[in-house]
Amino acid sequence: MNFTSAMLLVASLCGYALGTGGGLLFLRRERLANGFCFGMAAISALSGLVAALLFLAGGVGNPAPHFELLPPLLSSIHFAVRLDALSAFFLLLVSLLGLAISIYSLGYAKGFFGRKNVGVLGAFFNLLVLATTLVVVADNVWLFLMGWELMALTAYCLVSFEHEEPETRRAGVLYFIMSHLDAGCIILGFSLLFQASGDFSFASLHDIGAQMAPGKRDAAFVLFMLGFGIKAGIVPFHIWLPAAHPVAPSNVSAFMSGVLIKTGIYGFIRVGFDFLGTPPLWWGVTVLTVGTVSAVLGVLYALMEHDLKRLLAYHSIENIGIILMGLGAALMFLTTGHPLLATLGLIAGLYHTINHASFKGLLFLGAGAVLHATGTRNMEEMGGLIKRMPQTAFFFLVGAVAISALPPLNGFVSEWLTYQALLGGFGTTDSLMRLIFPLSGAMLALTGALAAACFVKAFGITFLAQPRSEHAAHAHEAAFPMRLGMGLLAAACVALGLFPTQFIRLLDPLTQQLTGQQLSGQLSAANGLVLTSLAGKGGTVSTPGLALMALCLLPIPFGLWLAFARKTRVRRGPTWDCGQRGLTPRMEYTATGFSKPIRMVFKALFQPHREVQREYDFSPYFATTIRFDSHVEEVFERQIYRPGRILILRASRRIRRLQAGSIHAYLLYIFVTLLLLLMFAT
Amino acid sequence: MNLNLPAILAQTALLLLLAPLLSGLIKNWKAKLQNRRGAPVWQPYFDLAKFLRKDMVISEHASWVFSFAPYVVFLTALLVGLMVPMVTAQAPLDLFGGALALVGLLALGRFFLALGGLDPASAFGGMGSSREMTISAIAEPAMILAIFTVAITAGSTSLNEMVLAGQSSGWKFLDPSHALAFAALFVVLLAETGRLPVDNPATHLELTMIHEAMLLEYSGRYLAFMEWGAAIKQLVLMALLANLFFPLGLAADATPAALGLGLLWFVGKLLVLAGAVVLVETTNAKLRLFRVPDLLSAAFILATLALVSTFLFK
Repeated sequence: MNFTSAMLLVASLCGYALGTGGGLLFLRRERLANGFCFGMAAISALSGLVAALLFLAGGVGNPAPHFELLPPLLSSIHFAVRLDALSAFFLLLVSLLGLAISIYSLGYAKGFFGRKNVGVLGAFFNLLVLATTLVVVADNVWLFLMGWELMALTAYCLVSFEHEEPETRRAGVLYFIMSHLDAGCIILGFSLLFQASGDFSFASLHDIGAQMAPGKRDAAFVLFMLGFGIKAGIVPFHIWLPAAHPVAPSNVSAFMSGVLIKTGIYGFIRVGFDFLGTPPLWWGVTVLTVGTVSAVLGVLYALMEHDLKRLLAYHSIENIGIILMGLGAALMFLTTGHPLLATLGLIAGLYHTINHASFKGLLFLGAGAVLHATGTRNMEEMGGLIKRMPQTAFFFLVGAVAISALPPLNGFVSEWLTYQALLGGFGTTDSLMRLIFPLSGAMLALTGALAAACFVKAFGITFLAQPRSEHAAHAHEAAFPMRLGMGLLAAACVALGLFPTQFIRLLDPLTQQLTGQQLSGQLSAANGLVLTSLAGKGGTVSTPGLALMALCLLPIPFGLWLAFARKTRVRRGPTWDCGQRGLTPRMEYTATGFSKPIRMVFKALFQPHREVQREYDFSPYFATTIRFDSHVEEVFERQIYRPGRILILRASRRIRRLQAGSIHAYLLYIFVTLLLLLMFAT
Repeated sequence: MNLNLPAILAQTALLLLLAPLLSGLIKNWKAKLQNRRGAPVWQPYFDLAKFLRKDMVISEHASWVFSFAPYVVFLTALLVGLMVPMVTAQAPLDLFGGALALVGLLALGRFFLALGGLDPASAFGGMGSSREMTISAIAEPAMILAIFTVAITAGSTSLNEMVLAGQSSGWKFLDPSHALAFAALFVVLLAETGRLPVDNPATHLELTMIHEAMLLEYSGRYLAFMEWGAAIKQLVLMALLANLFFPLGLAADATPAALGLGLLWFVGKLLVLAGAVVLVETTNAKLRLFRVPDLLSAAFILATLALVSTFLFK
């Protein structure tokens, strides 16, 4: 079993490498490059998926496959790989999304034929999946950081793929800067850990926090929190996310939003639960608070967007927040000595991680299909697409219901688990700190309800009613591979929603590894049909039961139909137009209009900018032209990043004076530096 | 797992039959209080029968989502109804979900209701959807927090457990946390069921309406399912309030006498709550849309205070 997993993992890594090479080889033959690269990526991802599932299904006590990819470079720089349960879970996530997105790309990349080099796209895509896989299976700090950097660089290249647009270039540079900030923080964090352990292998770092001075341990935590937080996109370090995700090709955005930001979560769990030891209380409180703030602000800013892909990018911030709520609660329970509850919080966070990957991947792929069909990301120019692209619309609706945490799909299950963890938290402490749990729960409810509002808008404005532009009126259904990719993720959303207890069983080895507990037995009742909270206390829910019960109740409306309405007819008619002659698409509700009440309710936060210019001949009531401009600028952009940018530019202008172009001055600098270094050395 | 089939059937029948009566009763009482004669309390039944027999006109812009929504609204309302203890302290579908599933299922119904409002390309429907989603978004935290307050005392989100916990510790409505949570949930009830001062169920005037605006394009049996679903939802939320905070007179066993007495108690509690709703509706004017968030944040603060007082007054 383990040997098979290891072989499949190696095969998938080799496959991605082959795909990368093939893409570069077939630069001039786009059809071949498309088929080879994405076909290779799909096969490799399938192999990774099977490897992860085999390992996780092996249950607790399954020894982790451990091997070296290449001979070590130096005594401490090993290219060691270990597929332990945590790695296997994230490998599952990477591979699942990798598979669906590769299949989708087979159709999607055709849109670039004759316009862009598909070989480059395919090569970098393979390299990105390879790097991400390396990050989650690395067993050595060096390999981890190499994978991390490779991932950041390839993602930068992919974000800038359509670099003709100035917006894309700006977003690319922003992403580049932020991803190096996070890499810097992580390197510093690891060097603090290295001081204590003296070795770079992950095995030597296990529980290393117990041997560190509290101050250093806290510093390491803050550095990791910053580093992984930037990657995951927590508020206020999220600004790269709504800039970079929309401009990338849609298959890449799906991968970035579904998987790439989850490497931040992986790193966080690896460090927080494996390396740093029992945490002090404030870590958990910080994580829970940051998570709550990210969730609420993410969804609020998402509501203000009418660029479909930016909207989805903001929702990634929201969902990362929800994941961190579960993990933060888990850290707090570890502090207060409640390992069972900690495990519940951890399961909630992990479950939401894979859920978010599947529905956000699905939604980005759907947005890509829409973008492909209409040529625009602006929702105000869409509408009526459900008639022209019915299957894409259906898949998007599945994703929308799932992300809005509505039963019986997967988003509901993980939020239910998060609520249960938060509810259980109230009894774990006597201090006022316990209030944080129900209040976070209330904010989670706000987030869920706002997400539902946002996806009524996203789906309703994009797919329903009349087309608002020519592009939308002449849209076409997505190609078959694209629909297949979306269908795969939609099926994952349904399966994760309907079979939660079965999936939680796969998490047993993982929780055993991190908290020493297994909850699958406690969380399941009635042969796995019912999901329960800890030991039956706290409540039960059964998504399959609800779905079945809904089917059982279906005879009531049909019976009523048979009893009363068999003879009635259904007529198609125009929508009520108050006696005018016909409704035009311009009379429909717009995306901006839809979110206006929320903009007004939260205007203290949004501070919306609104400008109306009207020109008129004789009376202001009869304007000849009206120009209306309304936008919302993020408070962080305004209050933190812009002043920060100005400060940095000013400082660098000062520092530039050092570079006078005189070789004497440079020699002097070198001399002074040398002197200083010698002084420090002695 | 044992599902009590007779209980499921009985509660489904109760929901289907009692819900229209409750709406009719509220309308009739409201009319009486405003010195009008009002429609008979049975009127909603006649309306539903009439809608079911009518032909339907469906907008030419609408898609399958429009036709799917009435079923979702109707079925989620019924499902939710089966999770709330009514005559006994044992809701038949308690195992399948408690308070959180209740909130989730109501949200699912609302999600499709709002999509159904947007689908026919009418500005009215869009306006209704937009307002409904906004108001429910602000009502939701107050609702969850109030439910959490009760759930923390009971140690469970199962509605059965919550009602039993209320029963076992005796009637403690004067407990501040209970009273405050009740007040918060009552405001949420007004908002969720589209009652004054949040929404006006009696008018089709486009500037004031929310729920009715989304239903504007529905006709025939779809309208019947929508209206019936809304009535069931109202009954369920009122039953939730009644049994969560006044767990009195619930039938302890399944003998006909006990069940009959339990039913009487249940109807009595509903009548008192309906009276309260009627009083609020008659004595209050509709709030401007952008004043509604103030009301709902007041409910949120009440719920927070309820939570704080669970351990301040212990």
